[in-house]
Amino acid sequence: MKQSAWSMIALVASREIRTRIYSKVFVLTSGLFVLAIVGGGAFFHFFAPDGQNEQTVGVTSEVAAIAPTLETVGDGMDASITTREVSRDDGESQVADGDLDALIDGPLPNVEVVVDDELDSTLRTVITTVVQQEALGEQISALGGDPAEVAQQVAGAEPDVISLDGGEDRDPAQIIAGFVSGILIFIALMGGGQRVAQGVVEEKASRVVELLLATMRPWQLMAGKVLGNIVVGVLEVGIIAAAAVGTAWGFDLLDTSSLAVGTVALWVLVWFLVGFVMYALVLASLAALVSRQEDVGSVISPVIGIMMVPYVIGVSIAPWDPESTLVEVLSYIPFCSPFIMPIRIALGTASTPEVLVSIGFSVVLIPLLIWLAGRIYSGAILRTGARVSLRQALKSDT
Amino acid sequence: MSDSLSGMPRLDVDSLSKSYGTVQALTDTTFSVDPGEVFGFVGSNGSGKTTTMRIILGVLTADGGEVRWDGQPVDPAVRRRIGYMPEERGLYPKMKVGDQLTYLARLYGLSSADAKDAMTRWTERLGVAERTGDEVQKLSLGNQQRVQLAAALTHSPDLLVLDEPFSGLDPVAVEVMSEVLNEESARGAPVLFSSHQLDLVERLCDRVGIIKNGRMVAVGTLDELRRTDKPQWIVDGPPDDGWLSGVERARLVSREDTRSVVEVDAEGDEQAVLEAALRVGHVREFSPSRPSLADLYRHVVSTEDSEDEGGDR
Repeated sequence: MKQSAWSMIALVASREIRTRIYSKVFVLTSGLFVLAIVGGGAFFHFFAPDGQNEQTVGVTSEVAAIAPTLETVGDGMDASITTREVSRDDGESQVADGDLDALIDGPLPNVEVVVDDELDSTLRTVITTVVQQEALGEQISALGGDPAEVAQQVAGAEPDVISLDGGEDRDPAQIIAGFVSGILIFIALMGGGQRVAQGVVEEKASRVVELLLATMRPWQLMAGKVLGNIVVGVLEVGIIAAAAVGTAWGFDLLDTSSLAVGTVALWVLVWFLVGFVMYALVLASLAALVSRQEDVGSVISPVIGIMMVPYVIGVSIAPWDPESTLVEVLSYIPFCSPFIMPIRIALGTASTPEVLVSIGFSVVLIPLLIWLAGRIYSGAILRTGARVSLRQALKSDT
Repeated sequence: MSDSLSGMPRLDVDSLSKSYGTVQALTDTTFSVDPGEVFGFVGSNGSGKTTTMRIILGVLTADGGEVRWDGQPVDPAVRRRIGYMPEERGLYPKMKVGDQLTYLARLYGLSSADAKDAMTRWTERLGVAERTGDEVQKLSLGNQQRVQLAAALTHSPDLLVLDEPFSGLDPVAVEVMSEVLNEESARGAPVLFSSHQLDLVERLCDRVGIIKNGRMVAVGTLDELRRTDKPQWIVDGPPDDGWLSGVERARLVSREDTRSVVEVDAEGDEQAVLEAALRVGHVREFSPSRPSLADLYRHVVSTEDSEDEGGDR
């Protein structure tokens, strides 16, 4: 009949997990999040003005020679140009039908472009560039030069950009990922932390804690509650992160981006875990001080306030200026780092050693937190009635 | 009853003391509950019953003294063999009755299957089987109490500690609860319960302990409690007050019509009382007074009432 501490903790944790994941709220919120993410991805995929401008261009035999150049230059201007050789008459009817965006007819370099209504501005630039080059080439040849050599020289002439800010061009996908990571971690830590606090008070208010503590030690009960809620939280964040990664891959949203969305999602999970362990311990012990659900707010609000600071700095400064000193310093400080470091990671401004050092700072603190939270919780959980002060809880011997 | 089950462990509560700040909640509280015995724990609100029970359960730590089971100090392993019903009922309001009882049984060490069996057995026995799928908060208070008792019994405890198990129960539920307590004690488990319903305690208990301001003021069987230095006798016959005036070592305690209650100084002194009564006429009844527990309780508790104010513990 004797049970180990671990089996008691496991029983408590599994009750927490079952109670939560079978609840309508959990299924509903997780479902809504996933739906919103997939829906948003689908919207971008199908409706958003695509960065890739796709044009189909017909070329007559007279100008067929410039077809490959058109495609190459188009690529350089974010326009994907497909060419096909057609006769003038067929081409015109296809333009009228909308099968072709434009028809180009010779002679070079003074080509005619036939369009249904208007010539797409990008396409106009591409065609202009190509025919101008043709004209230039002809002139160079006429003057006795080698057009290919000139072209090479011209291509080599490029400005060197020196940025005084040192800033590199931020990829919009990275900014969005940083922003979303910050918000996701905040929502998950806030929600999970409050659930832990309410769960502790629920047991205290309903006095079921007295029955529970006849079978186990207070620290086992607290450990089980925190552990169970960690599993639930990781599951929640994991579902959302997986939906985000799946959506990004499934809809090819990140084709041209330098964002490693899988790695970022994994780090978000790790940082959520680190943050949740710390905040859950603090909130569980503070919640044990009060006996009624109405009082939970007053006792945990200082902690919620502390959570707001790094969160606000994180989402309002970090995505736009991840190298700000404030952001970098806060990304190392325990209790702040879970909100900020994931944003830096998403933006690609945190190196792996930096991240590991920051995690180390937090992890070192956890044993101390466990000890302190355990003492406060044990000292306060059976004292019903008026709010127990921290000092009373720490002094208590029961 | 205790003799036939003397091989089983008994509970000893030995010289417990506990104070909350400046309030002394328990002072040298001592009693024991034998195997198979139903022990009634009575005392006014704040007299120390709940504190004593919480110390037995290890939910509170005593400042001094010891609780022993089978002669050994109670440790966590023993505590898990106790069936406990706390004074403030404690169940998860939003958890289903069946899930809740199964969970608690598992905390007491039952396997998943055994826990489910025990839950089914006890909800049937206590008449709440059809409510196992409902949340606890949807049950009436009486039914919640039955569930609470089931929670104390699913792990077949070796000892029952029940704080006010009868409060708020309807007469049918009182009967069910009484039967269960008798069955559990017949199984050999010491049963300790507190109650303000003294008639119930008188009917159910083998022994009674009266606690007052943290001190046990009387412990024993009802007959032992009735046995006092100055016996009281009931005399039905003499029509007026004057008949006792010549008798030494005897005082009239109360009189109602022809029925008088007389206290004598010692065993044997009642013979003179009877003679005096016969002298003035017919005596229809002459018997030792057997005060009810309520009478005894009132007597014990009122004796020192003027000297103290009970702390609310």
